[in-house]
Amino acid sequence: MSTTDLPLPTVRPAHAPPGVGNLRGTRSFPAEARESLQDTQLRRNLGKATGVIRAKRAAVVDEVPDWEELRLAGSAIKTDVMARLPELLEQLEASVTARGGVVHWARDAAEANVIVLDLVRATGADEVVKVKSMATQETGLNEALEAGGVAAWETDLAELIVQLGEDRPSHILVPAIHRNRSEIREIFLREMPGVDPDLTDEPRRLAMAARAHLRRKFLSAQVAVSGANFAVADSGTLSVVESEGNGRMCLTLPRTLITLMGVEKVVPTWADLEVFLQLLPRSSTGERMNPYTSTWTGVTPGDGPQEFHLVLLDNGRSGVLADVDGRAALNCIRCSACLNVCPVYERAGGHAYGSVYPGPIGAVLSPLLTGITGEDDPNASLPYASSLCGACFDACPVRIDIPNLLVQQRAASVESHHRPTGQDVAMRAARVAMTSPGRFRAAEKGLGLGRALGGRSGRITALPWPASRWTSSRDVPVPPAETARDWFARTRPGRER
Amino acid sequence: MSAGGGAREEVLARLRAGRDAGAPRVAPGPVPRDYARRGEHEPGSAGALALLVERVEDYRATVTRVAGEGDVAGAVARLLVHAASVAVPPGLDRAWLEGTSAAVVVDGEPQALTAAALDHVDAVLTGAAVAVAETGTFVLDAAAPDQGRRMLTLVPDHHVCVIRARDVVGTVPEALARLDPAHPLTFVSGPSATSDIELDRVEGVHGPRRLDVVLVG
Repeated sequence: MSTTDLPLPTVRPAHAPPGVGNLRGTRSFPAEARESLQDTQLRRNLGKATGVIRAKRAAVVDEVPDWEELRLAGSAIKTDVMARLPELLEQLEASVTARGGVVHWARDAAEANVIVLDLVRATGADEVVKVKSMATQETGLNEALEAGGVAAWETDLAELIVQLGEDRPSHILVPAIHRNRSEIREIFLREMPGVDPDLTDEPRRLAMAARAHLRRKFLSAQVAVSGANFAVADSGTLSVVESEGNGRMCLTLPRTLITLMGVEKVVPTWADLEVFLQLLPRSSTGERMNPYTSTWTGVTPGDGPQEFHLVLLDNGRSGVLADVDGRAALNCIRCSACLNVCPVYERAGGHAYGSVYPGPIGAVLSPLLTGITGEDDPNASLPYASSLCGACFDACPVRIDIPNLLVQQRAASVESHHRPTGQDVAMRAARVAMTSPGRFRAAEKGLGLGRALGGRSGRITALPWPASRWTSSRDVPVPPAETARDWFARTRPGRER
Repeated sequence: MSAGGGAREEVLARLRAGRDAGAPRVAPGPVPRDYARRGEHEPGSAGALALLVERVEDYRATVTRVAGEGDVAGAVARLLVHAASVAVPPGLDRAWLEGTSAAVVVDGEPQALTAAALDHVDAVLTGAAVAVAETGTFVLDAAAPDQGRRMLTLVPDHHVCVIRARDVVGTVPEALARLDPAHPLTFVSGPSATSDIELDRVEGVHGPRRLDVVLVG
């Protein structure tokens, strides 16, 4: 008897599916930014905070003589990780399992949320304490837990401010960067049960209020949910880098710990942490070292959670990996240095990006994770939220060439258009002219007309539609009297080719 | 064990396909590790100790330097003068406690301390596995008998940590090479702090608000 081999379904890398999680806003970046730019309080808060952090970062980076060598090593380790990602994840799974942890795999945000909710329910708990985590923000875990009858308590101070204020995070490291001290005081007075009514806006007093508010929660919590900064494949070690001690509380006191992490966070060996534990704190909070870094490997009898679950999340990462240029965005270690140096972020703020990943890295990572579905996709506008000044590349501790990725994603954005925009038409015309010397020469001849339009002022202030959309807000300088080609022919006769 | 077999196979298959489809045009070379593994100061040297003191104090923790093991008890007694009770891990050198008037609570004797019990203890006294001079960091190894379970150094509001000169290295790479990742580890750089309000650093949130280091040698 013969058997017929059934063809296996082909599995392809996938984008993050729409409809769940927080990788896409509802409006384009320009529409959002137009509103946030009118909020002068927001601009003052952001200008002050990013100024402080830029100065701190510069000071602690300048004192490291081998900073460039560390960046090169960090970049190369991450590039190597992406080239061996499936194998490293299998190794991580085996290491964690050998040490008493349980590893789960989630194709997308919805699946990750269901896995975590089911794990919490299995413990019988109806609430969890949370360590700040971009992965759980990305999947919209809190909302999913809430819908399933489980209360999620954010314990990072900035996340607490965002949660109590029913707000959205606006920065990778400091989600409440858009709030100043007096706004935070008002949120605490309004939303924190039992808070001292004489609370002042002194940061120390505000931090003490958060300590008192969360203390009992920490001491009684049965389940914690965290993200991870790094996971070491060869030892099965997970790491969380933090400042306040809320992370230690969550990672140490509850009986059950559930860690959700994007698959790209794996590093090959324990020794690789020697690079990232130097790059990350100096780039993110501008400190030589953050107050607390915790590492743990599976379950340790008698110390810390006795049940440990690790959820490995794809949610579009396989799709990014398939993009030859784009995969560099997966090297990101979420330090937020690129946000702090970006002139666009500093003015528009994090909410304008729609996604939980704002700033320069978010402007490429968000559309790479979701894919761009067409000209109406809010993420199609993100790659344009940049002047391509290059400050983000200089600040990036793992040397992600963000300006290059922004240009690549602009191309992807144009490719996705179902109907051409004015800019598409102009760019296509430019391509026709600029890909042939003959056509380019012909186009140059037309420039004389521009000089006539400029008149004596030398500026063109009004052009007919569709170019009027440009000249309504900007002047165009008139073309020069002589093109470079003509100048070359005149000054070096006989050498024109 | 692993759960959810279908998702596992599919995620891995997607990642394999993505890895191959997006392979770089030029295969990357070996990871360049031209950064400094060792600092300018030898482990345990006078230079390393001086740098550690400067960097720890920069986080607004205190450092008390003593010449030898015999001087630790006196320094600890002075630092714990306002503490009514102090928790210690079971393997701590009890001689360090000889000068203190605080009631001593030993983890595991007779039973393991709970978080609720530790919440009523004023201070904790431990050793450390290794310290990094350049970053002002010390590392607690939960498997070391004089450092103990992680909650010990987390719940009480005041941590006194005794660091021996021979355990002070210059750099982060030197420290990691001395540590076993199988043990739960806590890297501590100053007291608990936050920068979440206008990116201003404020000491003291959920972890110990007061941190004192005793440096021996």
